Amino acid sequence: MADPSNATITTVHQAQFTGAHALHIPTLRILQDDGSLHAGVSPPVLDRDTALKIYDSMVFIRLLDERMLAAQRQGRISFYMQCLGEEASTVASAAALDRHDMIMAQYREQGALRYRGFTLTQFMNQLFSNERDLGKGRQMPVHYGCRDIHFMTISSPLGTQIPQASGYAYAQKLRGESNTTLCYFGEGAASEGDFHAGLNMAAVLQAPVIFFCRNNGYAISTPASEQFIGDGIACRAVGYGIQAIRVDGADVLAVYEATRLARKLALEQQEPVLVEAIAYRLGAHSSSDDPSGYRSREEEEGWRKQDPIARYRLWLLQQGWLDEAADQIASDALRQEILEALKAAEQIPKPRLDTLISDVYAEPTPGLRSQLEALKNHIRQYPDAYPVSAGRLD
Amino acid sequence: MAQMNMLQAINNALDLAMSRDENVICFGEDVGHFGGVFRATSQLQDKYGKHRCFNTPLTEQGIIGFANGMAARGLKPVAEIQFADYIYPAFDQLVNETAKFRYRSGNQFNVGGLVLRTPYGGGIAGGHYHSQSPEAYFAHTPGLRLVVPRDPAQAKGLLLAAINCPDPVLFFEPKRLYRAAVGEVDEDYYELPLGVAEVVQAGTDVTVLAWGAQMEVVAKAVALAGQQGISCELIDLRSLLPWDADLVAESVFKTGRLVINHEAPLTGGFAGEVAAAIQQRCFLYLESPIERVCGLDTPYPLALEKEYMADHLKTFEAIVRTVNF
Repeated sequence: MADPSNATITTVHQAQFTGAHALHIPTLRILQDDGSLHAGVSPPVLDRDTALKIYDSMVFIRLLDERMLAAQRQGRISFYMQCLGEEASTVASAAALDRHDMIMAQYREQGALRYRGFTLTQFMNQLFSNERDLGKGRQMPVHYGCRDIHFMTISSPLGTQIPQASGYAYAQKLRGESNTTLCYFGEGAASEGDFHAGLNMAAVLQAPVIFFCRNNGYAISTPASEQFIGDGIACRAVGYGIQAIRVDGADVLAVYEATRLARKLALEQQEPVLVEAIAYRLGAHSSSDDPSGYRSREEEEGWRKQDPIARYRLWLLQQGWLDEAADQIASDALRQEILEALKAAEQIPKPRLDTLISDVYAEPTPGLRSQLEALKNHIRQYPDAYPVSAGRLD
Repeated sequence: MAQMNMLQAINNALDLAMSRDENVICFGEDVGHFGGVFRATSQLQDKYGKHRCFNTPLTEQGIIGFANGMAARGLKPVAEIQFADYIYPAFDQLVNETAKFRYRSGNQFNVGGLVLRTPYGGGIAGGHYHSQSPEAYFAHTPGLRLVVPRDPAQAKGLLLAAINCPDPVLFFEPKRLYRAAVGEVDEDYYELPLGVAEVVQAGTDVTVLAWGAQMEVVAKAVALAGQQGISCELIDLRSLLPWDADLVAESVFKTGRLVINHEAPLTGGFAGEVAAAIQQRCFLYLESPIERVCGLDTPYPLALEKEYMADHLKTFEAIVRTVNF
């Protein structure tokens, strides 16, 4: 009998189909809704400082999201995307990494950025695309990136970072680094061909990458039930020969522990691993979307009770690591700080005109230089039409 | 110096690049132990190990996505797409990712180490999907460099320059010439400049421009024209993006006439860009309309391939029309 290399060859003599849900992947949950641990479960090893840093990052993102969505509504920035309901998935996973591990994100993972140390000012400069933005004001708001903290610049095309993460991790392995790459994507992006390509390549080429899927129930208006029929995303990994785990994405301790173990596995076995975090996208897809057109308020309210921050907060209080009064004061101060940073970033000028042609190539081509010169002459002729650049062309 | 065909020259270039720099990694479909369906990567796995020269699963978007990731970490991936006709599944990775990586990150990240090698072009009874010349699709994409060599020595020098270039490069290899083109090739390391065209033969009556496999075709047309007393200046563009408009314009200032030849279909082909740019730069010097001798606006045919091709006779006729205008 033929032996296509890794296929299991067990002969039967009656036709047998394997059921679509033959593989049922359970969901790891450590924290109960009231902040206590499930019976008989021991919490992950998490020191007080790390635990509080996770909490602070989650609160920071919630308040930033609240303020910046309002800023978009006021027309002060062009676009925004919240992380509401997914703060635990994106912060606790980043907390389980080494700070030199590369993160490649989709766009709803600002929590990971914050945990890594992306500053309030850096967030604001990107959102206002001013001249201090690390990305030089070229991309839409929320497309963050920061070399110093190993967070790859985000791009809009969905799923493209998945095979890239496989390649990045392969390069880390080849260079003998003891670091991994964590790649975030949503359950909608997992329908892209790049998901298939990236997972299969990582599996075959033994790249130590962590695929982290945020399954939040919706891709814009499309419910997950119209995205796939199988048992979520985790089961697919198994088909590629990749180990997988599913976690409650609103449970900080479960996400932390699953990611910590995934990282250990990826590095020790030098192979990919997949984590699927089940949560709910509580906010709209983006500032350009209104979810009332495709889902009920009752459904949203049901999930609102699963607030990842509230649940984790109760655990911290039970540990005696959080003081309610001090926490309230800190939140109020942070709100004020965010507002001040917003106002400051808003005042910083846009990038200079020369940045239009730099970085297309390592060095601007002669053709690009002459296009820039022609543009400058045109702006000199019609300065009123180009107030951002006129008056500072040289 | 040694006699090499184009495949041997490419293999020699890859071998040299890999021996000089451990960051150079070759991969793609059937590239590993087998050495590629055209044998361009022959012996490289034996020499440099499976981690540096390997087969990938059969997924073009995966190959280029993977290459982007490796290049972002500072490696120099030389990825092979088996036929240029199969580059389209990777179009998104190339156009939206590779080309924009440096720009969109404000130069915090880049994939400048990436080189994509792919056999292109017709004349081998390849039908729809083993004959295409897709360069114009990519010429519309700022951030990429496009290079097309015409002979073994050039293939080696340009490929080494591409691997050493801080920008991502798409390297289109004329597969019709893989074994047909044989020449003297320096066995040592050398580079030929990117973005620079080459005057292959000086002339005074008309400028004739082409690249890659069509250089051979066009040279025949130029020889025929020479027999009629027409002096052609023959230019090999070599790099299509960025392209050497200065050198072409200089030539047209002198000759006042231009004929451009490519295998790809006429409409939207790169000749359109060259014609428009030269028309603008050389308007007062042009003595006849710029001629484009290209493939027809059809899919690449099998049985009528000879009729379809922008061959030497069609090019010769265009040269004569231009001179007699």
